[in-house]
Amino acid sequence: MRIDKPAQLTKLRKELVAVEKKHTKKIMICCGPGCLANGAAKIVEEFRKVLKKKHIRGFKIEALKETGCHGFCERGPLVIIEPRGTFYTKVKPKDVEEIINESIRKDETVERLLYDDPSNGHKIERYNDIPFYSHQQRIALRNLGHIDQYKIEDYIVADGYNALVKALTKMKPDEIIAEVTTSGLRGRGGAGFSTGRKWATCAKAEDTPHYVICNGDEGDPGAFMDRSIMEGDPHSVLEGMIIAAYAVGAHEGYIYVREEYPLAIENLKLAIHQATEYGFLGENILGSGFSLTLNVSRGGGAFVCGESSALMKSVAGEVGEPRAKYVRSVLKGFHDKPTVLNNVETYANIPVIIDKGGEWFAGIGTPGSSGTKAFSLVGKVRNTGLIEVPMGTKLREIIYDIGGGILDNRPFKAVQTGGPSGGCLPEEKLDLPVDFDTLTEAYSMMGSGGMIVMDDHTCVVDLAKYFLAFLVEESCGKCVPCREGLFQLHAMVKKISEGQGIEEDIEKMEKLSDVIIKSSLCGLGKSGPNPFLSTVRYFRDEYLAHIRDKKCPAKVCRELIRFDIIADKCDGCTACLSACAFDAITGKKNEVHVIDQDKCTKCGACEAVCTRNAIEVS
Amino acid sequence: MNHDIGKLPEILERYPQEPQSLIAVLQDIQKEYNFLPCDALKHTADYLDVPLSKVFSVSTFYNAFSLNPKGDRVIRVCMGTTCHIRGAAQILEQLEKKLNIRAGETTPDLKYTLEVVNCVGACAMAPVVIVNDKYYGSVKVSGTKKLLKGG
Ligand SMILES: Cc1cc2nc3c(=O)[nH]c(=O)nc-3n(C[C@H](O)[C@H](O)[C@H](O)COP(=O)(O)O)c2cc1C
Ligand code: SF4
Ligand code: SF4
Ligand code: SF4
Ligand code: FES
Ligand code: FES
Repeated sequence: MRIDKPAQLTKLRKELVAVEKKHTKKIMICCGPGCLANGAAKIVEEFRKVLKKKHIRGFKIEALKETGCHGFCERGPLVIIEPRGTFYTKVKPKDVEEIINESIRKDETVERLLYDDPSNGHKIERYNDIPFYSHQQRIALRNLGHIDQYKIEDYIVADGYNALVKALTKMKPDEIIAEVTTSGLRGRGGAGFSTGRKWATCAKAEDTPHYVICNGDEGDPGAFMDRSIMEGDPHSVLEGMIIAAYAVGAHEGYIYVREEYPLAIENLKLAIHQATEYGFLGENILGSGFSLTLNVSRGGGAFVCGESSALMKSVAGEVGEPRAKYVRSVLKGFHDKPTVLNNVETYANIPVIIDKGGEWFAGIGTPGSSGTKAFSLVGKVRNTGLIEVPMGTKLREIIYDIGGGILDNRPFKAVQTGGPSGGCLPEEKLDLPVDFDTLTEAYSMMGSGGMIVMDDHTCVVDLAKYFLAFLVEESCGKCVPCREGLFQLHAMVKKISEGQGIEEDIEKMEKLSDVIIKSSLCGLGKSGPNPFLSTVRYFRDEYLAHIRDKKCPAKVCRELIRFDIIADKCDGCTACLSACAFDAITGKKNEVHVIDQDKCTKCGACEAVCTRNAIEVS
Repeated sequence: MNHDIGKLPEILERYPQEPQSLIAVLQDIQKEYNFLPCDALKHTADYLDVPLSKVFSVSTFYNAFSLNPKGDRVIRVCMGTTCHIRGAAQILEQLEKKLNIRAGETTPDLKYTLEVVNCVGACAMAPVVIVNDKYYGSVKVSGTKKLLKGG
């Protein structure tokens, strides 16, 4: 059905809401990235099978929803029974029948699948009562986990495309831009540039045509906010883009998605198809006279293609090499025409800003960084998952109240934000409020939202080496400071990690970093030394331990550690012997085993399987 | 080596006949054949009116493309930051040792290809390994045999 007038959408929504209301219960199955990796597809299959077989009175199969990431991935696969909000964790196919019997036929719960509070062991039934959720505020992720990711109708029920109607019928393009400027929204892709200002510049550009592009490259390894939004709520991105296109006078747009995200590509294509059928995209949108086509463009797996000028080349089918920054892509972007490029999360915020007003949005967060920010909270934290908090929330609150603290109660060591361009913050910075400027002042950066928590088993020298190796691999090689400078920086960190460094190296590396930052062409090189600089700033002692004492305090750097079996603890179970792929362990059953240091590669497999803690790393 | 590229005309027809379609066409060829056969690249260059040199530069720039045939089971170990700090390197090492190849290589019998990727967006389940299209989360160093056998 095609919608030509706003009134038709209102009518349609009423009808759809009435249908939804008839479902007295709904089964929401999380099919986000984490739950899928844990077998959510099998759960969906099992629910369909059992429901078909049992035929429960009053329950329609439409009330079974496959949603995007609900957030608490660590506990997945998740199944939520609405409207009560009963929260089932780590669900297996064999639990499905019981859930249907207790929660759908009756109003009971399956106790053993409920969340248990680690602090007191109490079961909590509803997700809203779980601290992980109660500390959050969701704007960009508003629909994730609450609507079926494949159904535009669910998005419409959740007030979707309301903002588009408002924008197209009640607002002029410059009023929209003014509203976005008032909101104070800053780009969520990393740099934090004012979205309103970017749109204004593009709208005013005389050259035509204008383009809108969405950056769904999500190159930060450790981040999955954008993936989750594109898969779980693709229409929020489309709606944001359509509004942007109308505001800046664009009639063609692209969503650039990294090819590691095949589901995101599929769901976006489906969403574009649905939106076109309803008349939210295509010719004469909602009868307004405004037209727009959107296409999905698959990336080719190159980190540098997240950079604006490289991305635009890649969309055009070329090699994604950045160009000098003095040519601004907002004026000379895709095909050298004025182009608005925004991040996925940035677009997802737009409908809400138009709906509720820029003032409302500006009232959330801090004066310099308004609104909320989504993060993927991962690493050595207890509650890994996808979260969204108001800007200005303290790191401590995120890691301890939402994240539940460090895995296995180990000591906190550092938190890494901003990916390969960002930095590490230590314990004493945990009370910093998270916003664009505070993080930059602390020598880290907001980045796109990967937040990786580390414990005392993570070595910062190894981490710096990891990021530098990543950047050396991903540097496009166009300019020397980045190509050669990062290569040398990596070689020097590697030398330190192997116990071959000297103290003067650190100073040399700091100088080299300075040159790379000042003379690289694009953001990859300009921010490339950050992981080294921030770790050496906050954890200089750890570098010195590698250099002076030839020790890796976290026991990670292989050249500086050794594995030994403690004779008193070993009961000769042979587990380590079979685990060692390098034939470095010898021993007979029930006798103490021994490691041959010449053969040992320090892979750690033996330590991981020994249940008696008999393997010592020193 | 000559490869059957019979599907190529159909792939080419999926996209507008213009240089901008290059990456999309190469992606579909890669998907169909698991690599980019040389003949297919030549045809693509002609069809889209792009110099062959450019087709090669695009094919080698992006990690998604490979100019060599891949194995039946493509094992991809995530080396993203989260997987790294949760022990991805150890898992890769086990696989390298068991298959007797390095990351990026294919076993001579064309059964396995071992690759690394930078984050597949399932970080909450780190470390993650993907075999063909199936995800395995929270993989343990001791659990790599399962990845080779499948199931
Ligand atoms: C090397 C490099 C990689 C980048 N990767 C991404 C990315 O994956 N996703 C993203 O949204 N922005 C990325 N950016 C930032 C973009 O260049 C651009 O600033 C952003 O997409 C603009 O959208 P925003 O204003 O909504 O944030 C990257 C920048 C650089 C220099
Ligand atoms: S800074 Fe690095 S990635 Fe950027 S253009 Fe130069 S070489 Fe390429
Ligand atoms: S796994 Fe532990 S207890 Fe068993 S043989 Fe090895 S060192 Fe001894
Ligand atoms: S660390 Fe690895 S190589 Fe060394 S003994 Fe243990 S399992 Fe074998
Ligand atoms: S994927 Fe299910 S909670 Fe995140
Ligand atoms: S770091 Fe491995 S899935 Fe993200």
